[in-house]
Amino acid sequence: MASTVTAPRSDTVSDDRRGGAPRRRDINSVGFAPWLFLAPYLVLFVAFVLGPIVYGLYISLHRYDFTLPNKPFVGLENYTDLFTPGSITYSSFWQAMRATGIFTVFSVPLLLVVPLVIALTMNKKFPGRNLFRAVFFAPYVLGVAVIAILWRYLLDSNIGLVNYYLGLLGLPDSTAWTTSTPAAWFALVGVTVWWTLGFNAVIYLAGLQDIPKELYEAAEMDGASRWQQFRHVTLPGLMPVLSFVTMTTIIASANMFGQSYLITKGAPGTETRTAIYQIAETGLRNYQMGSAAAMSYVLTLFLILLSLLVFWLFRDRDTPKKQKAEAPLQAAPMMLRQGRG
Amino acid sequence: MRRISWTGALAAGVTSALVLTGCGGGQGPGGTTNTDTGSFNGKYDGPNVELAYWNGFTGGDGPFMQKLVDQFNSEHDNIVVKPNTIQWADFYQRVPAAVQAGQGPDVGVMHLDQLATHAARNIIIPLDDLAKEIGLTADDFTQDIWDAGIYKDKRYGIPLDVHSLAMYYNKDHFQKAGITDPPTDEKSFKDALDKLQAAGFKTPFWMPSLWPSHLMFLSLMWQNGQPPYGQDGKEAAYDSDAGVKALEWQRSMVDNGYSPPNVAIDSQYQAFKNGQNSITWDGIWQINDLEASGLNYGIAPVPTIGDEPAFWANSHHFFISTQAAKDKNKLQASKVFIAWMSEHSADWAGSGMIPARKSVRADAVKGMPQEIIAAQIENMRFLPPVPGLGGVQAEALEPQVANGVLGKGDPAEALKSAASKANQLMQRNRESFGN
Repeated sequence: MASTVTAPRSDTVSDDRRGGAPRRRDINSVGFAPWLFLAPYLVLFVAFVLGPIVYGLYISLHRYDFTLPNKPFVGLENYTDLFTPGSITYSSFWQAMRATGIFTVFSVPLLLVVPLVIALTMNKKFPGRNLFRAVFFAPYVLGVAVIAILWRYLLDSNIGLVNYYLGLLGLPDSTAWTTSTPAAWFALVGVTVWWTLGFNAVIYLAGLQDIPKELYEAAEMDGASRWQQFRHVTLPGLMPVLSFVTMTTIIASANMFGQSYLITKGAPGTETRTAIYQIAETGLRNYQMGSAAAMSYVLTLFLILLSLLVFWLFRDRDTPKKQKAEAPLQAAPMMLRQGRG
Repeated sequence: MRRISWTGALAAGVTSALVLTGCGGGQGPGGTTNTDTGSFNGKYDGPNVELAYWNGFTGGDGPFMQKLVDQFNSEHDNIVVKPNTIQWADFYQRVPAAVQAGQGPDVGVMHLDQLATHAARNIIIPLDDLAKEIGLTADDFTQDIWDAGIYKDKRYGIPLDVHSLAMYYNKDHFQKAGITDPPTDEKSFKDALDKLQAAGFKTPFWMPSLWPSHLMFLSLMWQNGQPPYGQDGKEAAYDSDAGVKALEWQRSMVDNGYSPPNVAIDSQYQAFKNGQNSITWDGIWQINDLEASGLNYGIAPVPTIGDEPAFWANSHHFFISTQAAKDKNKLQASKVFIAWMSEHSADWAGSGMIPARKSVRADAVKGMPQEIIAAQIENMRFLPPVPGLGGVQAEALEPQVANGVLGKGDPAEALKSAASKANQLMQRNRESFGN
C-alpha cells in the first residue's frame, strides 16, 4: 500500500516541476551532463598532465634508464644530489638554472615593454596598418629551427652578416655573438624578442581595443594629457591582460631551449645551456631519467613560486574597497574578442 | 581571465617536468630477450618480408646507400628493405625507444663506439654466427676495428667501413704560398701556416671550439702517446700531460694568430668552402660535399703534431635489433641483407668512406680522394667499446675542450674538471650497466 502511494506521488512531484526551474531530479542529471562535456578534456588532462606528473615523481625516485631492466629505487638521491656540491649533477644543473635565470631576467622585461609599444602604435589609425600588424607577427609563425639556423649564420662571429655590416658601419666587427658571454646573451635575448614579440603584441592589441573609448573621451574632457591618459586609462585597462602576458612570458622564457640548443649549442662551454637543455641532455642523451625528472620538479617548483609572486603583484588591490562593479568589466575576456577590428 | 591564466601557468610550468616522462614510457626489456640468433646459411626462402633499415647517412653518403639498397631489393624477390635515414644525433636517441616499442629498425647501421652502449641496453643482438658464416675473420680487418665490435666476448657489429679525421687544404692557396707537399708533422705544419700567412692568407687554419674540436683533441692525445681512456677504457685521462699538451696546442693556433678567436659552430668548414681559410681538419665523409662545391681542394692525413702518427677514426657497423630477433623470418632476412652488403662494401667507397675489409679496400679506393687516408689505416685510433661513452664525451669533454679553445681558463684546469666529471659519469654507467 505504502509503495503504491509513494510511487505516484513522486511522479506527480516531478510532473509538477517539469518545465519549471531545475529542482532535485534535475540536479541529479546535471551532475552527470557536465562530466560528459568535460570528458574529452579530462581524458587528455589525465593522460597527458596528471598521469605523467605522478609517473614523473615515480621516475625521479629511481635510477631510471628505460632501456635497462633494473631501475633501482634510490629514494631522494636524485634530489639530494642536486643540492650536494660536487655531486654528478650539482654543477651542471645550477649552471643551467643560472643560465635560465639570466635569460628570463633580460628577456621578460623586453618582451613586456617592446610589444606594448608596438601594440600602442598599431592601435592608431594609419595607412598600411594591417600590413605592419602582419609584419610584426610574422616571425612568430616560424618554427624555432628556422629562426635558429637563420640567426646562427647571421650571427656567426667570423663569417656572419651581422658582423660584416657592423664592420661596414665602422663598428666593432669581431663580436663573438654565439661563442662568448655576454654577447651570446644579447644574441639569444635579441633573437627571442624579435621572434616572439608578435604574440604579446597581439594580446596587448586585443586588450587595448577592449578599453571603452568613452573613458578616453572623459579623460580628455577632464584635461588629461597623453601621458596621463596612458597612465590612468590605458594601463589600468590593460591590467588583466598584463598579468596574463607577464605570466606566460615568464614561463616561456624559463622554458627556453631551442634557441640555445641550435644557435649557441650551449657555448661557450655550457654557459648558455638552459635548464630545459640540461634536462634534455641528462634524460634523453645520457638516459639518466631519474636525475632529469628530479631536475624538472625543482625547476617546476621555482616556476610555481614565481607564478605565485606574479599573482601577488598583480592582485586587485583596490577591488575590495571600491569599484567592485567596474573590475569585471575590465576583466572581460578580451582574448575572445581578438578577432575584432 | 584570472582562472585561465592560472591554469595556463600551472599547466605550462608542470609540462616542463613532464617532457621526459612522455619519452620514458616504455617498459624495460626485462633482460630475458631471446639471444639465440639461430644458424645462418646465406639464404632466405621464407614468405615475403619487409625490413625496416635505419641509418644516419644524411650527407653525401646517402645516395650511395640508397643505390645499394635498390640493388639489393631488385635482386631479392621475397625481401623488401625499407630505409629510414635520420641524423646520427637523433638516431641514437630514437633507436632505443623505437626498438623497445617494436616500431624501430630490424636492421641498421651504427657507429662502432655505440655498439657497446646498445648491446648493454639490449637493443642489438650478437652476430658471431653471422660473422663466421660470411667468412669474416680478424685478418680481413685491422685489430682495432675487429676488436671494437666485441662486447663481453660477443660480436655485435659487422663492419662496413672506416672513416677518420683528415686534413683538407686549399690547393690554390698552397700554390700561391709556394707549398708543394701537404704538411706531415708539427714543423712542416707550422711552416705551411707561416708561408700561407706570408702569402696574404691571414688566418689559414681556423680552430673550431665545437665539433669536430674534440676529435682533434682525441687525435692529438693519441699522437702524444696516451689513449684518452687508458689501455682498458676504464678511466678518462684527458688531464694527463698528453691531454693538456693537446689542448694547449689547439689554443696556440688562436694565440699565434693562425686562427681567429671564437670560431662558432661549423664556420671553420663554411669558411674553408668559401676560401676564407686554407686548411681545415674534418671527417672524410665531407669529400662528396667538397667535390660538389667545386673547390680545388686536397686531402691528406692529419699531420703528426705529437710523437707518433695517429688520428681519430670511427667505423660504421651493421646491427640487428632485438625487435627483429623476435621474428625468425625477419632475423634471417636481416642476415641475408648484411651479408650482401658486406660483399658489396667495395661499392660503398663511392660515399667517401673506406671499406673495412682488407680484401676489397685497396681496389675500392684506388683513384678515390680517400685513397691516401686508407693507406694509413694502421694509424687510425678508435674509442674503446665502453657503454655510454658517447654521452660521457658530450657531457664532460666537449664543453671543456670548447672552453680551452675559446681561451676561457687554463687548459689543464678545464681538462681536470672534464676528467673528473667523465669519471663520475663512467662510474655511474658501470653501475647502471652492471659491470
